[in-house]
Amino acid sequence: MPPAPALAVAEVSHAFGPRAALDQVSFALRPGDFTVLLGLNGAGKTTLFSLITGLYHCGQGRISVFGHDISTEPSPALARIGVVFQQSTLDLDLTVEQNLFYHAALHGMARAAAAPRIAIELDRVGLLARRKDRTRYLSGGQRRRVEVARALIHDPTLLLLDEPTVGLDMESRGFLLEHVRRLCAEQRLAVLWATHLIDEAGADAKAIVLHGGRVLADGPVPAIVRDAGAANLKAAFDTLVASAPAIGGRP
Amino acid sequence: MMVGLGPAQYARCLGGIVRREALRWVHQRSRFVSALVRPLVWLAIFAAGFRFVLGVSIVPPYETYIPYEVYIAPGLVAMILLFQGMQSSLSMVYDREMGSMRLLMVSPLPRWFLLTAKLIAGVIVSIVQAYIFLAIAWFWEIEPPLLGYLTVLPALALAGLMLGALGLVLSSFIRQLENFAGVMNFVIFPMFFASSALYPLWHVKEASLTLYWICEINPFSQATELIRFALYGQIEWLSAGVVTASLLIFMVLAIYGYDPGRGLIARRGGPE
Repeated sequence: MPPAPALAVAEVSHAFGPRAALDQVSFALRPGDFTVLLGLNGAGKTTLFSLITGLYHCGQGRISVFGHDISTEPSPALARIGVVFQQSTLDLDLTVEQNLFYHAALHGMARAAAAPRIAIELDRVGLLARRKDRTRYLSGGQRRRVEVARALIHDPTLLLLDEPTVGLDMESRGFLLEHVRRLCAEQRLAVLWATHLIDEAGADAKAIVLHGGRVLADGPVPAIVRDAGAANLKAAFDTLVASAPAIGGRP
Repeated sequence: MMVGLGPAQYARCLGGIVRREALRWVHQRSRFVSALVRPLVWLAIFAAGFRFVLGVSIVPPYETYIPYEVYIAPGLVAMILLFQGMQSSLSMVYDREMGSMRLLMVSPLPRWFLLTAKLIAGVIVSIVQAYIFLAIAWFWEIEPPLLGYLTVLPALALAGLMLGALGLVLSSFIRQLENFAGVMNFVIFPMFFASSALYPLWHVKEASLTLYWICEINPFSQATELIRFALYGQIEWLSAGVVTASLLIFMVLAIYGYDPGRGLIARRGGPE
């Protein structure tokens, strides 16, 4: 039997009342995959993340993380996931370290076990020296880096990032992207990176184009570009979106 | 990555949640001060003004005539617990809007446990506040027997859990932060005034029998009476029963409200 994929989303649909947010979404991520989830605002990216993390109940379709169904076995599934949410979720009154220890505790880690992990992850994002500072005094880019470090404290094997670069300057964006790609390559971490910024998908990445709650394309970036008969990913994205049928109920 | 969930993981998670609550409490000094000043204002001004208006006859657990201040002190302790419960509920709504609720909810530990841990953390903070109030109240000649300070602890814990659980239920129903003012008007004030916190219920009975029964079934009255008797080393079993039953009902509702499948998060109707 082949090993279970890091993340398997199978025929997932979700609606808020009469409004369909996701329609028959299916894809899979393998360990070591860096996959960019491309979509405009309102494409359904955040809804998908909420379903994968069990924040919303997955009523139609199936989502599993390394073979653990998020509905029936949430604990082992969640233990393997690291998440960076779209909104900042740091406690601004607490120090960097206190925030990270809190996260470690939520995952049942002992302080003695968490301390070295926190040091390693903070060092990787270049913020070890700021660990005693309140997060309120950090810049937007630094806060994001702390959140990426935090998502990795419990050694997840699947990392989800929902629009992690929104509001960041070019330098911070570059740093984050490079950092996560390195983790992917070195630790075989499966990464799902949601964004509406097309240039964040490098030529060697995989991409999933989500539009109006539907997957329009899924595969390595060069293949998507070729199949759409376009010159680059931006052009391919525009072609795909323009030819997509409008989905019902959406304004 | 964690392999399994045992008692150690649960204990660490609870520890982390309590620690965060305590740190937040220490950092938000204004919250702490207002929580303390509020009951002291009632004690210093309200009680002084009303001590000659309201006659307090000898009612258990008191064995003699008591000044009005002594009568309302347990009610003010319950008020601290009530406000802290609502404060926690407010911070849950705030956390949800700010997104840090998501952080809590993606913990691999079961959701009922996370909510319970959050509740316990809030109750620990309110118990500390209640003791600080009792210490200051001692200077107003509110001097229960020394042993009372110990016997009141389980009563504070039970009443605090019940009022905190009520806050959790409300937080799962309140959609937005702005609606919190409504909670103040429709929950805190009626609960506080329609209770035995400020006047013995036989006074109310003379005025209106309906109101008397409303006061009697008000869980806040029962929490107040539980604390009042416990402060004098006695157990009021009926109150303990009502408070426990209310706690269980509120907790079931809260867990339901925070369940992603059935509860209000799913029904909320859209991505936040």
